[in-house]
Amino acid sequence: MGINMAIKQLSVFVENKPGTLLEIVKSLADAEINIRAMSIADTKDFGILRLIVSDTEKAKNILSEDCVVTVTDVIAAEMSDKAGALSAVLTAFGKSNINIEYMYAFTASTELGAYVVLRVDDNAAAEKVLKDNGIATLDNAAI
Amino acid sequence: MEEQHYYQPEIETASREKIVEIQNEKIKKQVKHVYENVEYYRKLMDEKGVKPEDIQTIDDIKKLPFLTKADLREAYPYGLLGTDLKNCVRIQSTSGTTGKRVVAFYTQADIELWEECCARAIVAAGGTKDDVCQVCYGYGLFTGGPGLNGGSHKVGCLTLPMSSGNTERQIQFMMDLKSTILCCTPSYAAYIGESLADAGYKPEDNHLKAGIFGAEPWTEEMRRNIEKSLGIKAYDIYGLTETSGPGVSFECSEQTGMHINEDHFYAEIIDPDTGEVLPEGSKGELVFTSLDKEAFPLLRYRTRDICVLTRKKCSCGRTHVKMCKPMGRSDDMLIVRGVNVFPSQIETVLLNEGYTPNYQIIVDRANNTDTIDINVELSPEQFSDKVSETQAKEKALEGAMRTMLGIGPKVHLVPPKSVVRSEGKAVRVIDKRKLHD
Repeated sequence: MGINMAIKQLSVFVENKPGTLLEIVKSLADAEINIRAMSIADTKDFGILRLIVSDTEKAKNILSEDCVVTVTDVIAAEMSDKAGALSAVLTAFGKSNINIEYMYAFTASTELGAYVVLRVDDNAAAEKVLKDNGIATLDNAAI
Repeated sequence: MEEQHYYQPEIETASREKIVEIQNEKIKKQVKHVYENVEYYRKLMDEKGVKPEDIQTIDDIKKLPFLTKADLREAYPYGLLGTDLKNCVRIQSTSGTTGKRVVAFYTQADIELWEECCARAIVAAGGTKDDVCQVCYGYGLFTGGPGLNGGSHKVGCLTLPMSSGNTERQIQFMMDLKSTILCCTPSYAAYIGESLADAGYKPEDNHLKAGIFGAEPWTEEMRRNIEKSLGIKAYDIYGLTETSGPGVSFECSEQTGMHINEDHFYAEIIDPDTGEVLPEGSKGELVFTSLDKEAFPLLRYRTRDICVLTRKKCSCGRTHVKMCKPMGRSDDMLIVRGVNVFPSQIETVLLNEGYTPNYQIIVDRANNTDTIDINVELSPEQFSDKVSETQAKEKALEGAMRTMLGIGPKVHLVPPKSVVRSEGKAVRVIDKRKLHD
């Protein structure tokens, strides 16, 4: 089921009020966990903080003490640094009828380049499409 | 002094002696009726060692055992029925607690006396057969609509059985059919007032002269606002499904308390902790005995309303004892938009839906309407990384709450351990309404 291509993302339920985010970030910093990518989806009442970190298990254990945390498989697809790169990925997904729940961009490192994190309804299908189109993905080891 | 009208002057202005005489006669008959027909209460009397013969005067009532909401739940549905079902013509029901509702039964005679009580209230508010009475309490199981509807018929008003909601239509009928008396919850009256102003009407544009408002707590400030916005005099009315419905007591022109229809409902004030009857003027829990109801003849029913009774002479000429607006509850029940809400109901929904029973109820009032918000601690099993799914969970909970409570609260999912705890105990209810100004 394409476990090798997917990476682990932590989703944290956060209240929409000052200081909440800082506490989470601080507790990760104290444990020397590196945040590789993040995004926040917010509503009036709450937000969902999505994190890709250097040590998912450790981060989950730490954050679970005070927060509701869930681990989700997402795909990190490589984006070449040129116009139309994202468009190519989305076109391929569209043709295969793969629905994207949400996505966000990040730079893994200077060497690894730019990536887009994709949360889709069917990881296996998405991985196949990316592979067929010659688009590289990151695995947990690279993170 | 303005001219006074009564629906049943001989009883409403009867001497104290006459009222006691009526009560003495009725209580003897009623205790016998209950003892012979209601097994549930007969057992309570036997346990206490009280026989019907022990009740010779109304003062002897203090020998009788109390009934509580818990008894009503336990006896549901027929346990407190005082007559054959074939003699009953109607049920009404409360908003229900922990899934079990209170169902009250009525014979035709019970309906008549209830509607007469409502008629007394309408006449006390100035109602005559020349009036157009717009009833926008809910109709159906809720007693508000049927009670005032029946009372309005008895007085001979042209009755507009609007039920609640659809404010645009309420206003259209009010203006086109020249309603003179408005019956609804005070919060809805305030809302109608605002809606009239929004539609460009001035208070003097409508034909209303009086309003009969009850079924939820309201303040003197709200009364003044409603009176100003609608250009009327606003009267309070009190009642509970367990005894009949609205009209157990009602306000007169003096507006210093509500006259209890004590030829039908005998009121006592007790110490909620000891059950001891307190003298006139004391603050305590209000207890009602239905003196002549046939189908659902509750004796010494504890309302949980904290109240004071007074027999001070009233300028309206009525001699019946007056009760103040209930000053609070001796248990944790909340009244929101006229509906009884128990924290235990909310807990039941949460457990049914797979949540932990960690929640907080915040009741407030915005634009004269009660609001209810429920903060619910999210459990890891309920959490999704997708916003839409988490929001759908909130919506699903709101739906389940609406079904249970009869009113729609706003549900907010919050992180675990975020519900305020005081000395380790969760603070379940925050009531921000300023009720006793």
